[in-house]
Amino acid sequence: MSSRRSRSRQQSGVSRSTNNNITDDQITDLVSKLQQLIPEIRNSRSDKVSASKVLQETCNYIRNLHREVDDLSDRLSELLATTETDSAQAAIIRSLLM
Amino acid sequence: MNNPRRLSSSCSMTNIKSRFTHGFLRALSRINTRKPSTTREICKRFLRVKLAADASMASAVGSRRAWSRAMLLKMRLRRRTCRDSRITNDKKKKKKMSGSDQKEEVNGIRKAEELRGLVPGGESMEICKLLDETAHYIKCLSTQVKVMTTIADFYSL
Repeated sequence: MSSRRSRSRQQSGVSRSTNNNITDDQITDLVSKLQQLIPEIRNSRSDKVSASKVLQETCNYIRNLHREVDDLSDRLSELLATTETDSAQAAIIRSLLM
Repeated sequence: MNNPRRLSSSCSMTNIKSRFTHGFLRALSRINTRKPSTTREICKRFLRVKLAADASMASAVGSRRAWSRAMLLKMRLRRRTCRDSRITNDKKKKKKMSGSDQKEEVNGIRKAEELRGLVPGGESMEICKLLDETAHYIKCLSTQVKVMTTIADFYSL
């Protein structure tokens, strides 16, 4: 009896040809959920942030995170050259993170 | 039938974090076994670390999410062809909704072209799914950054 639950929860039968199944309310709901995750917007708690600004800040935030990953990869690859990783160190790190 | 994969969000992020950490550390020690001697190898090492980080995160999430599926698929294809293989999705242009100006802002959001380019697999998603995937992607990316920072700080000691 369990039918495949689609990821977009409230949808049934998402059609690509028309957007009518997706209400503006659902979109604004999801946008406000996104809003909570963006530190830029969360910290500067102005009363109402427009949805397009949320999207813009989301894109900026994702780009920043990508850049941070690049920088950290760079840093890690340099550090790897100078240290010997062994299982003991890995265990220590894991304990730091858990 | 209960879907066992529907964990609470905080619980699943902890699981993802630990799976990512394990996988990434394993990959790092694999990368470290070959010591680079030439400049070219050093550059390649940076790429390997970055790919390992992305791959570990995508594997930690598994096939639960569309973005992780898209990323895993892209990596498998890249390994197979060893070329820059772009997955060209059908870029379905959303029909512009005729109507009042009130809807204009939501129209722009429905398009969300910039966001689609940033989220893996986002090109052909419909808007609600895109926003949902974006939220999860952001959570995972910031987890990735936190873990990588902790590891880098540890090795810098």
